[in-house]
Amino acid sequence: MQSAPTSPTDWIVILPVILPLLGAALLLVLGSRIAPPIFAFAVTLVVGVAECGLLQHVLTAGPLSMTMGRWLPPFGISFTADAIGAGLALTAAVVTLVVLVYAQENPAETEPRPALYALVLLLLAGVNGAFLTGDLFNLYVWFEVMLIASFGLLAVSGTPQSLDATVKYGLINFIGTSLFLLALGLLYGALGTLNMADIIGKGAAAPPAIMASIAALLLVAFGIKSAAFPVNAWLPASYHTPPAVISALFGGLLTKAGVYALLRILVLLLPLSRDLLQPVIALIAGATLILAPLAALAETNLRRAIGYFLIGGIGATLAGIALPNLSGIGGATVYIVYSMLTISGLYLVAGTIERLTAETDIGRMGGLYARHTLLAILFLLLVVTVAGVPPFLGFWPKLLLLQGAIERMPDAAALPLAACLLLNAFLTLIAGGRLWLLIFWRDRPQPKEAGQELAPLGPSRGKVGLGAAAFLTLLILLAGLWPAPLLSLGHAAAAGLLDPSAYIAAVGLGGGQ
Amino acid sequence: MGTAFAILAGAFIAAAIYLLLARSMLRILFGLALLGNGINLLILVGGRLTRDAPPILSEGVTVPGAVANPLPQALILTAIVIGFALFTFLLTLAYRAYRVIGTIDIDYMRRAEPEAPPKPPLGY
Repeated sequence: MQSAPTSPTDWIVILPVILPLLGAALLLVLGSRIAPPIFAFAVTLVVGVAECGLLQHVLTAGPLSMTMGRWLPPFGISFTADAIGAGLALTAAVVTLVVLVYAQENPAETEPRPALYALVLLLLAGVNGAFLTGDLFNLYVWFEVMLIASFGLLAVSGTPQSLDATVKYGLINFIGTSLFLLALGLLYGALGTLNMADIIGKGAAAPPAIMASIAALLLVAFGIKSAAFPVNAWLPASYHTPPAVISALFGGLLTKAGVYALLRILVLLLPLSRDLLQPVIALIAGATLILAPLAALAETNLRRAIGYFLIGGIGATLAGIALPNLSGIGGATVYIVYSMLTISGLYLVAGTIERLTAETDIGRMGGLYARHTLLAILFLLLVVTVAGVPPFLGFWPKLLLLQGAIERMPDAAALPLAACLLLNAFLTLIAGGRLWLLIFWRDRPQPKEAGQELAPLGPSRGKVGLGAAAFLTLLILLAGLWPAPLLSLGHAAAAGLLDPSAYIAAVGLGGGQ
Repeated sequence: MGTAFAILAGAFIAAAIYLLLARSMLRILFGLALLGNGINLLILVGGRLTRDAPPILSEGVTVPGAVANPLPQALILTAIVIGFALFTFLLTLAYRAYRVIGTIDIDYMRRAEPEAPPKPPLGY
């Protein structure tokens, strides 16, 4: 058992949570005296740097763990960073940075409210905590932190639309976290521990029927959090109502934390229960993969359509959980990273489109290509990335997932899942291409009344948002053209999830020490 | 005693699910409060109910045989605080929604998702 105090350099594992929490508290106390946007940006930048260091450490020296308050594991609360946790936390920081810059485009939406920046930092703290914690009850706490921050961000504009959306989002997500807590109570009753590394060992020896029921409950809870098919209705009902910046932040961070928790729990913690639930997971994944782009095809609200793209990506990640080999899990991990970046980018571009046309309905948009060629190119790049057209970033995780399906071929679920993945890419390309044609390529339909002409982008600040979106798109483009670092991260993450020995040893529960 | 408490927790959760299926947001909120209480009871039972010494030891005293399990109480305390905060927020939200939208019947709260959305454009 570990008893030596944590070395000072290892404190890096807790920095991504402590810094934004302290920053949020400072912002609330000091208010607008410290220029909230700049302060929030600086805090997030420091968090990003810390996470770069953390990821570097984890990739070279294996998982890093720290247990709080002189209670040795499994009794104290462990923070454990492995490749998937550190990689996703770093991506979350990148998305938050871009979103904070984009928020300066339309200061009327955000500037009078320093609390808004505090909530963004709180959300980042919750997401990082969820990615880095090594304790299931602590994971519950971070999910609640995320939930509280997202309530505030969703309701902050106070329009009837966003209040209505917050009601639905709030109720269903509260039920989701309550189910998670219910499963935790049962798990604690069955195993007597909630430390992840401890569960890996004890869960394997427990009665499989009990473990599988608990895993099924967790599947429902995190299915709600990540908007998987039968329980996805809250996402398109709420994500289009706040300002586009906040949609981008939610689309990048929230559902991904839910699907990450599924990966962590079903693949690393309870692999035997995952095998029992395999048909259910495969069915959910397939249905989500097919139905989401079909819904996007029938949708007329731009941001709601993007919400359906997001849900389709959740299906692809679930397909990775249903194909538990190195390629499948690696593909799911890379898919989460790619989806965080791309969906945020799409929401940001959609925000600029909505501001330029003063419309949310694609039926009344059009003719933007002639006015804003750069915007048209950005949107087209993001659409082909989401669909997974070869040289772009979306192609690589889908390729890994397909490879995972082929490697698992005798399995009954492998072939249908591969077919669903391909069909999803095809349908997403149609739906995305249709969006692009309607918004940019065709002529603008007759405006309802005179004076509704296209607004030109403002001279100085209007370009800030476009610049932020262009930066994110460039990042996605480069990551797609040079995918080796991301793929090796996915490989390391999958290896860590499929073989828990390094994880258990890092927490200090390696047998008989 | 554990069995009785398990049944009680089950009754709480069953009643909560009944309330959650209602259309009025107020009933749903009461259902959520009840669900949280049922789950807390379940965690308490999960930590085993025993008639042992309280887990508070003064310095220098060794453990006097069996002591009660203190962890469920710590977990429940955390869950109560979080649940209370969220419940209060949702209650305030329901009131704001009632003032702004004019109803708390979920069936009629269709501001974010209009009941008859425009048809998708058929050509371009």
